[in-house]
Amino acid sequence: MANTRDLQRRIRSVKGTRQITKAMKMVAAAKLRRAQTAVAEARPYADTLAKVLARVASRTEYDHPLLKRREAGHVWVVVISSDKGLCGSFNASLLREAERELRAPAQWDGAEIVAVGRKAADYFKAQDYAVAHEEREIMSNLGPEDGPRLAQMCIKAFNSGQVSGVWVIYNRFINLIRHETTLERLLPIEPPRMDERGPTDEMVDYLYEPDPAALLDTLLPGYVEARVQTALLDSAAAEQAARMTAMEAATKNAGEMIDSLTLLYNRTRQAAITKELIEIVSGAQAPAE
Amino acid sequence: MAEGLYLEVVTGKGSVVGVEVEEVRLPGELGELGVLPGHTPLLTALGIGRLLYTIGGQERQMVITQGFAEVLPDRVTVLARAVRLPNEVDPEVEQRIFEEATTALKTANADDFAEITRRLRTAEACLEISA
Repeated sequence: MANTRDLQRRIRSVKGTRQITKAMKMVAAAKLRRAQTAVAEARPYADTLAKVLARVASRTEYDHPLLKRREAGHVWVVVISSDKGLCGSFNASLLREAERELRAPAQWDGAEIVAVGRKAADYFKAQDYAVAHEEREIMSNLGPEDGPRLAQMCIKAFNSGQVSGVWVIYNRFINLIRHETTLERLLPIEPPRMDERGPTDEMVDYLYEPDPAALLDTLLPGYVEARVQTALLDSAAAEQAARMTAMEAATKNAGEMIDSLTLLYNRTRQAAITKELIEIVSGAQAPAE
Repeated sequence: MAEGLYLEVVTGKGSVVGVEVEEVRLPGELGELGVLPGHTPLLTALGIGRLLYTIGGQERQMVITQGFAEVLPDRVTVLARAVRLPNEVDPEVEQRIFEEATTALKTANADDFAEITRRLRTAEACLEISA
């Protein structure tokens, strides 16, 4: 049986761990709040842009290189992970899902990875995947320019014919305890669909100023930028939520562990006392016999 | 057909305004354009400049830096890179930016030209609304 001093030491160490996980939970909670605000701020723009595009799509037969489907070919898959660990199955489930999609041969001929976040970068490098681009240390300090920058890079690769499509896979924030791994096509752009409402007799085509081509030239890249930014922000929020949940579970587990260790400690102590008592009593009785 | 006109201004930082208005004047890329209820559908790129709208005869304004607007008979949706409201503008700071940009413009090469003009126009528009 373990001796009491070892048990005491273990209890102390678990208590220390509990304090750390508790602090990490608080930090994650604060960061989550900030991330959620960022998501809420960015959402109206992306939504409005999608709505406008949907209306444009329903009125005109417009044509633009970014909308053209190409023959199946080589694609980019943007995998948005996190920079830091200790967030439960956040990265593991994402990477598993990404790998499953990469192995499924139906969608594309060959894929290169654009790894966002240290976890994805490390993983795909270790697994010998073709990594086209790495983006480390971005998720912990996400700026308003990061999404557009990534989007421009994808658009450039698409326009130059280097890739025939760009997909993005990320964890979408649902609520505190749930995130959903989502795979979306970024390029060629699939015009968002309009929800079925509004009178159809008003479906006159727009006037365009300066002209349709020039407008779509700014509108469509803007849409891609907004979508990448939303995906990044969503993933950042999901990451903090996952970390918060994981750290809460860890804190709870540490508490349970402390309880059972304390019980064991008390039992051991009691057993030692009892044993000592028996020894004393039987020692005292011995000469009397 | 359309009675009112709903103005919505959205940027990457969230929705700025969403109100019923009587009239909107937009800083179109090819010049200012006024929108009244019942306007024909229009999609336009916006430059840098003032956006004016009237509620109950009262005029309000803000500065918009690039973006585009979708005009429908009963609503105007403005998507802008950035928006500056009158209470966010410090005339002194803008005046300084304006002067700096003016001097920089004289020595600018082709690469910087667009960026400096952008700064200049933003400062100019900010000064206009704070005046």
